Amino acid sequence: MTHRIEVCLKRTLPDPAGRRIMKRVSTDLGIEFRDLRIADAFIIDRGLSPDDLALITEEVFRDTVVQEAYIDESPDIPYDWLIEVGFRPGVTDNVGRTALEAVERTLGIRLRPEEGLYTRKLYFIEGDISRDDADTIARDLLANDLIQTRRVFARGEDRSEIAVPRVTSQSEAVVRTIDLNVDDDELLRISREGVLALSLEEMQTLRDYFRRADVRALRRSHGLGEHITDCELEALAQTWSEHCKHKIFNARIQYQQPEGTREIDSLFKSYIQGSTERIRSELGNRDFCLSVFKDNAGVIRFDDEWNLVFKVETHNSPSALDPYGGALTGIVGVNRDPFGTGMGCRLIFNTDVFCFAPPDFEGELPPRLLHPRRVFEGVREGVEHGGNKSGIPTVNGAVVFDDRYLGKPLVYCGTGGIMPAVINGRPSHVKRARPGDRIVMTGGRIGKDGIHGATFSSEELHEGSPVSAVQIGDPITQKRMTDFLLMARDRDLYTSITDNGAGGLSSSVGEMARESGGARLFLDRAPLKYPGLQPWEILLSEAQERMTVAVPPEKLDEFMDLANRLDVEATDLGEYSDDGLFTVYWKDRPAAVLPLDFLHEGLPAMRLTARWEPRVHAEPDFPCPADLTATMANLLGRWNICSKERLIRQYDHEVQGGSVVKPLVGAMEDGPADAAVLRPLLDRMRGIAVGCGIAPRYSDIDTYWMMAAVIDEAVRNIVAVGADPDHMAGLDNFCWCDPVQSEKTPDGEYKLAQLVRANEALYDITTVYRIPCISGKDSMKNDYGIGSTRISIPPTVLFSAVGIVPDVRKAVTSDFKRRGDAVYMLGVTRDETGGTEYFASKGFIGNKVPKVADPEQAVALYRALHRAILGGLVASCHDLSDGGLGIALAESSFSGGLGAQIRLADLPLEGVDRDDVALFSETPCRLLVSVGPDAQEAFEHALDGFPCARIGEVTETPRLEVEGLSGETVVNADIEELKRKWQEPLGT
Amino acid sequence: MRIKALVPTGHGINCENETRHALEVAGFDTVDLVHLNLLAGGNVDPFNYQLIVFPGGFLDGDDLGAAQACANRIRHSRVNEERLIDRLVRFVHGGGLVLGICNGFQLLTKLGMLPAMDGDYTRREITLTGNDSGRFESRWVTLAVDRASNCIFTKGVERLYLPVRHGEGKIVGRTGDLAGLLVERHLAPVRYASRDTDEPTMDYPFNPNGSEQAIAGLTDSTGRVFGLMPHPESFNHRTNHPRWTREDLREEGEGLAIFRNAARFLREA
Repeated sequence: MTHRIEVCLKRTLPDPAGRRIMKRVSTDLGIEFRDLRIADAFIIDRGLSPDDLALITEEVFRDTVVQEAYIDESPDIPYDWLIEVGFRPGVTDNVGRTALEAVERTLGIRLRPEEGLYTRKLYFIEGDISRDDADTIARDLLANDLIQTRRVFARGEDRSEIAVPRVTSQSEAVVRTIDLNVDDDELLRISREGVLALSLEEMQTLRDYFRRADVRALRRSHGLGEHITDCELEALAQTWSEHCKHKIFNARIQYQQPEGTREIDSLFKSYIQGSTERIRSELGNRDFCLSVFKDNAGVIRFDDEWNLVFKVETHNSPSALDPYGGALTGIVGVNRDPFGTGMGCRLIFNTDVFCFAPPDFEGELPPRLLHPRRVFEGVREGVEHGGNKSGIPTVNGAVVFDDRYLGKPLVYCGTGGIMPAVINGRPSHVKRARPGDRIVMTGGRIGKDGIHGATFSSEELHEGSPVSAVQIGDPITQKRMTDFLLMARDRDLYTSITDNGAGGLSSSVGEMARESGGARLFLDRAPLKYPGLQPWEILLSEAQERMTVAVPPEKLDEFMDLANRLDVEATDLGEYSDDGLFTVYWKDRPAAVLPLDFLHEGLPAMRLTARWEPRVHAEPDFPCPADLTATMANLLGRWNICSKERLIRQYDHEVQGGSVVKPLVGAMEDGPADAAVLRPLLDRMRGIAVGCGIAPRYSDIDTYWMMAAVIDEAVRNIVAVGADPDHMAGLDNFCWCDPVQSEKTPDGEYKLAQLVRANEALYDITTVYRIPCISGKDSMKNDYGIGSTRISIPPTVLFSAVGIVPDVRKAVTSDFKRRGDAVYMLGVTRDETGGTEYFASKGFIGNKVPKVADPEQAVALYRALHRAILGGLVASCHDLSDGGLGIALAESSFSGGLGAQIRLADLPLEGVDRDDVALFSETPCRLLVSVGPDAQEAFEHALDGFPCARIGEVTETPRLEVEGLSGETVVNADIEELKRKWQEPLGT
Repeated sequence: MRIKALVPTGHGINCENETRHALEVAGFDTVDLVHLNLLAGGNVDPFNYQLIVFPGGFLDGDDLGAAQACANRIRHSRVNEERLIDRLVRFVHGGGLVLGICNGFQLLTKLGMLPAMDGDYTRREITLTGNDSGRFESRWVTLAVDRASNCIFTKGVERLYLPVRHGEGKIVGRTGDLAGLLVERHLAPVRYASRDTDEPTMDYPFNPNGSEQAIAGLTDSTGRVFGLMPHPESFNHRTNHPRWTREDLREEGEGLAIFRNAARFLREA
């Protein structure tokens, strides 16, 4: 017997959530109606007495003050159309899980495995719309067919039939073998149809390896035949995937450029690891790096007693298919990276950076793509739930818009953490599983979620992209687990920890096995969400909220007991060994025997060619507008510049109680902050600044200068709020379009050259700035290709920076503070309009890309500025980025609720003879500073020898007045009007 | 006298660390963070403490409505045959103080511990439901304090500026006149106020959720049980204030007054 309990707000009360959806239907779909109300349906797949049903309705489901409940009958809500949205079988249903726990507790029962509790949403629409309209609302706004089911009922239509989304499977779980002794076409077919993402050369490597006599002998000795098993093939494909192995970043590249040709042996080793190694050796005993590139996240010193951990990930492909689930999983997924670094840390901040197509996109949507508005809202909500529910403040981020992100949105999620430098007498950033330690999986159960996530993200989005790659995160199961594991850490109950992300157990156990020298994993002991998984699926599943730990056998009982007491599932899946093998069993029979050196080192290096030819764009030729007021207002309203307040207000940026510089600052708490500052430890005034740089438009001209600009921007962000330029670290996250030359990517060699150039800049700038990269990630296949439509993202790098703020009481914000303060410009302005927002607003790209022309001088300037900030000399500081000086002036003015009088002729200029260029050029390395009357002399002294000029004053009159190079007024704007333009596009 | 506070943790509670910090700065000699399961399991005895603070968070993800599933847990967990809810009520009757912040306040109302007008601490008469804006709100709000209230936590405080961070903060009473009655009886010690006039207001965003009578927090008739949606523990230092870089502020954050009042009350008792 199946029961249905439906709960809704009393009809006398307004339904704000319903109204909000009604508004979105109107703005996004242009469909209007009178009213929309929402109800929650709970479907209980078990027979219950009327008394029990009444009891759980009152005790679990209904808020008696504001809600009505209906047991096995329809709510008394008038409607013309009713849309019912539920989950497909096996999709994570968080509300259902919570409800099930409460029902079992209330009735003192346990549901049997074949029973269950499922939730649905009901949308009651009142209004004169057609069935087509109702279908459109269901399909394009309320439900995602990949993970959800939808049904539309007209008034009066029978909806009594309850389809229970129970997972059913008849297939028997067995380990199968695959014959690789086949021709090349067949090898490629195996790879393609299995979503293995292995190349012919890689498939041949596997085939040849399994033919070797010594390999066959080893397998025989373990009771395995000569053919590769599905578990082995899947584990190898995932370990060797682009996602996990970074094949392109580790390739041997022949780099051809006009100046000549040279060989690069691994971009990663040469430039990224290479720059960090050089910085660390130059820093000598002042080196603050503790663990770089080898763990799930990078670790640096915070102070003598604490370490700081930081990681940024991308979750692009899943977010393209299911924006909400993809982004939610992105944020809770990256939480586990710092959590699984060293011995594990407390998580203290999140960052999020999104790249979307503009919300007002009006073209035809290619197949399988969602409208950018829907992607935006889904991603926003996913990060809201992931961050807010985990109790981690979302402190910093950005949103970048470009048409080319239609094919693949980018969703960058970052998480920072903090851990005592020493835990139980040992350095916390080191971990090591020992032979004999138990393999214990904690947290959620295993389902078919996210199978092939690692290999899927190593491909472009295509017709057959698997829906199982989509997962929905569960922040509360994860929070319970992390609460428990921090206790277990402090009680010294485990020796090593890592997360289950891409590749699931195969990856986590396969990686940890390297610490001890081997592992024996028993798949049939793993707890499953539902029956019917194949052994290889259990091995590969990317079901969320799981960590794998190594527990010494003598501590196993205590570990399990603590887990049990805190309602956290923990399962002993085997043991770490030192026989050099990753051995997997299914019901005591071997399912995989993989030597660790072949698993991790057997992959042949890729050989690629890169060819650089500078591209020349049309150079615009238009006269400078006489009045730049309208130009400034127009730029403020551009997607990439406008206020993101609406987004920010929905993220908790205060939790943990250490917020110092918030995302919104100023007199009305609505101006843009350059970077976040927080106090991770409430008993001390030492803080952390977090900022980022991203500038994909510059990639259209030269990725070298794109990379230089984003590093500089991230550094300037955090220096502007008070970070010490001598104690900062960076994270590089590359999102590229496929840079491997092929039939479908005829310009692969150029794209690879773009990648080479970005890496060269990374080395050149970070080594001068002495900002070591401590972790990073690359996502190399951000392309869309279905039918004849092919969309590639612009090469995009997010550079995230963290820095130490020695005393948060010295932190500075970007808003002008007092009338009479002097306004200074730091850094030289050049004619660098290529790829700028100003040119983009006129439909141009141009060629004069903004350059970090003199990095030595730039970082020396930042050090001088930092000394001035420490001396309390700086009233406000704002870094110049999109839209240049003009936008920074407007923002500092309206944030402070004060006007300013500015003289462009007083700017440090090089080769600039136009007012529009002076105002909107995006030359990096510049900051806008205001200084109080008492501090001006000291400030000018501190900046002596650097390009620093007094360009005007802060005024009481709420107008921004700019005098052009020839002395005439070129901007005269009401700051409230400027702010209105800036806030208009996305709202507050 | 040594004063001790108990801060429950687990199942999605996430403000326990800053709550502990606030209590320590306010002068509590002992602050213990205890997992709800250990409390429900009888491993820790609340009667060893004088104050219980339910901190902010997302209990069980707020999956069935804010704190609803946890209220169910507290009503249906038993310690030696005694329901956990009955233990908490016994704690209040014994003179103990209880403070609920944000999700902790939602929990207290869903349990019926607030406002408990007729002295029944187990019947829900008031709830906190979805914000009128239909979305999560993270912003600072001005609170007008009812000086005629006997709430011990707000004694001597005239006005507060604190952050709210919630999606379900709108106070709604079982009957239409209940909120007005609460204000009349001085059981609503803090109300959302206009930043300009400091008067209670229904205007968004000063009243961030559309709460009836602009109620931001409630107390019981003893004044010893108090809950509020804004986060006093998040204004523990002047650098928490959103305009601290442009205003002269005292070093200690205003929010700590709530915790200091609790400590003073217990020391004087």
